[in-house]
Amino acid sequence: MNSQALDVNSVDYLEYKGKHKGILAWILSTDHKRIGILYLVSLSTFFIVGVALGFLMRFEMLSQGKTIVDAQTYNALFTLHGIIMVFLFIIPGIPAVFGNFFLPIQIGAKDVAFPRLNLLSWWLYVIGAIFALSSLFLSGGPIDTGWTFYIPYSSRYTSANVILPLIGAFILGFSSILTGLNFVTTVHRLRAPGMSFFKMPLFVWAVYSTAWIQVVATPVVGITIILVILERLFYVGIFDPTLGGDPILFQHLFWIYSHPAVYIMILPAMGVVSEIIPTFARRTIFGYKAIAFSSLSIAIIGYIVWGHHMFTSGMSDTSRWIFSFLTFIVAIPSGVKVFNWVATLYKGSIEFGTPLVYVMAFILLFSIGGLTGLVLGALSTDVHVHDTYFVPGHFHYVMFGGTAFIFFAAIHYWLPKMFGRMYNEQWAKIAVGVMFIGLNMLYFPMLILGYMGMPRRYYDYLPEYASLHILSTVGSWILIIGLVVMIVNLIKAVRSPKTAPMNPWGGITLEWQVPSPPPLENFRVIPEVKHGPYDYHYYEEEEVKYEHISKS
Amino acid sequence: MSISAKAEDNTSLHTEHIHIHRDDVGAKLGMWLFLFTELLLFGGMFLIYMAYRLEYSTEFQISAKELDVALGTVNTLILLTSSLTMALSIAAIQRDKKILSMLFIVLTISLALAFMINKYFEWGAKFHHGIYPGSMELAEKSNGEIIFFGLYYSMTGIHGLHVLVGVVVLLFMLVFVARNKINSINYMKLENSGLYWHLVDLIWIFLFPLFYLLH
Repeated sequence: MNSQALDVNSVDYLEYKGKHKGILAWILSTDHKRIGILYLVSLSTFFIVGVALGFLMRFEMLSQGKTIVDAQTYNALFTLHGIIMVFLFIIPGIPAVFGNFFLPIQIGAKDVAFPRLNLLSWWLYVIGAIFALSSLFLSGGPIDTGWTFYIPYSSRYTSANVILPLIGAFILGFSSILTGLNFVTTVHRLRAPGMSFFKMPLFVWAVYSTAWIQVVATPVVGITIILVILERLFYVGIFDPTLGGDPILFQHLFWIYSHPAVYIMILPAMGVVSEIIPTFARRTIFGYKAIAFSSLSIAIIGYIVWGHHMFTSGMSDTSRWIFSFLTFIVAIPSGVKVFNWVATLYKGSIEFGTPLVYVMAFILLFSIGGLTGLVLGALSTDVHVHDTYFVPGHFHYVMFGGTAFIFFAAIHYWLPKMFGRMYNEQWAKIAVGVMFIGLNMLYFPMLILGYMGMPRRYYDYLPEYASLHILSTVGSWILIIGLVVMIVNLIKAVRSPKTAPMNPWGGITLEWQVPSPPPLENFRVIPEVKHGPYDYHYYEEEEVKYEHISKS
Repeated sequence: MSISAKAEDNTSLHTEHIHIHRDDVGAKLGMWLFLFTELLLFGGMFLIYMAYRLEYSTEFQISAKELDVALGTVNTLILLTSSLTMALSIAAIQRDKKILSMLFIVLTISLALAFMINKYFEWGAKFHHGIYPGSMELAEKSNGEIIFFGLYYSMTGIHGLHVLVGVVVLLFMLVFVARNKINSINYMKLENSGLYWHLVDLIWIFLFPLFYLLH
């Protein structure tokens, strides 16, 4: 029995041959690592589709009037860009790929608590994606409501295919819930001996907090979506103002989920940052508990700020200032994290590996995103810039400059572990530089445009906005060039021979103590955890001891 | 000797690795989390109900009188009894009484179907009177009444869907018990199905007074 267990671990998970062959060995695998790779491939595919749609949108805005597409197509473009990027890329994003791959390894487990449920999540994700995108190919035309599905346009007036993407979003929500409850159970039940909650890596804390938001918030959007479908099919009147219903109620229910969803997107990214910084600064993280608790408090406070999406929708003044106040409160734990990261770098022995370069870019871009968020959170300024280009400018700084940049950082940080291969560091750094320039050129003009009064989602614009629109469009080209460089570099890396060492960065969390790529069941012997995840001084003492023993 | 050992190694490499891992506490934790999401799903609808009840309280009272309290009461009793038979089937399997457990599962399924048949007649009667979303007769009524029936059909409909899902789940459990996959030492699947069934029951306990009794 024991020898069999060793045999299972004698091959890495990429080479392991199960009872299925070819592609089936992947899409029917219950191994958390393979499921992580499945998500990586499918998410990246949808990301590229989303980027392509975004490119077309920006290209359309290059000149006044029609450039390449007509107005209805433009509506479909921004809707699909939003649906793909929000539901198919950034919400599953880091937890589905890196959470699946590394959460079990980082807590010293062989797999997640429910491996088969995990595979089901991925299948639901794929089915949901098919539903969400099917409207492209069916009569009636692609959905044009914007990714927020606002009623009554979505229920009564548009003739586009709304129901299929809604069903898709519901199924994707179900997938997200199953991933969330899987991770919560995994963290509670499968931690290795000695791995107390406060010895967990901060990435695990972040994914754990995110998993709770997924469990608590997603059902609300699930029921909201079902009711919109019923409204459109049967005219039940719950949200339809002509039948006495209240469309504002829809907005409330929608944002009760969709605002916490913003933290589903950003929290895991913050977790990754908290991993990369101590590794590349060779230093214990500053304020471990503060960062861990700030993740939890973001999860909790983030649940009660949804009203700030509706400052101009029609709410009582009392609820408006309460929501505004709570919005400012949620900036505190985010600030706690940023200061702790910077404090960790202080007097560290910093090595500028590619992941850290991404993190540096992230801190800057996320700060711009966060500060413009305060402009939107304040009632008086929000009324001025609401529904203008300022809003897309703000959330792209947070989502692209924040989450997507850290998604890339995580790929560069963990790729040697996941595939056992190294990428070209120099090209990787060039890609970050190009993307950083492109991103700022693309989104900073949007902030100015919004401040000048250019409304979002408009197909056409006045002549005075032209130069900034052109600048922004050129920025999108530079950004895409950077992305292409990055993707080519990564694909080349994955196809190169396996040369990555077990621990290329000198990290001391558990994933760096297993071979690259990890064996099938991660650990030959479940490790016993004796010190915190970033205690470099303990680790160095043990190294010295080990070297001493091996010499004598 | 060495050759046969090698062959064995190969077979062990080529069989799908199965996690021989059983964690009843974990399974139950996962189930409770799932039930929590179900509560929130219905919670969203209860929230909407509350918002509209405050806005249209008199219309809601008028509409509630049109619902059949007798049918509703019978359905409440049916569901409560089914929760009892569900619990009894778990108690039976714990005592290693396989046939008795299966009998109770069949009884639970029958009661669930009885609930659905009852519901069918109730909805059918309403449809017959022209009270359904989008109908001409309902369109002539006030906004509050339209929303009451919109909520009535949405909420009891989604609850009915949960009953049907429960029936499918219980059919699987019946097969598992018959094949001894669920037995006196490993009955977590049945217990979790029971938890789900009690939740479906519990939701109805709230739906019944909100729609039928609050005149």
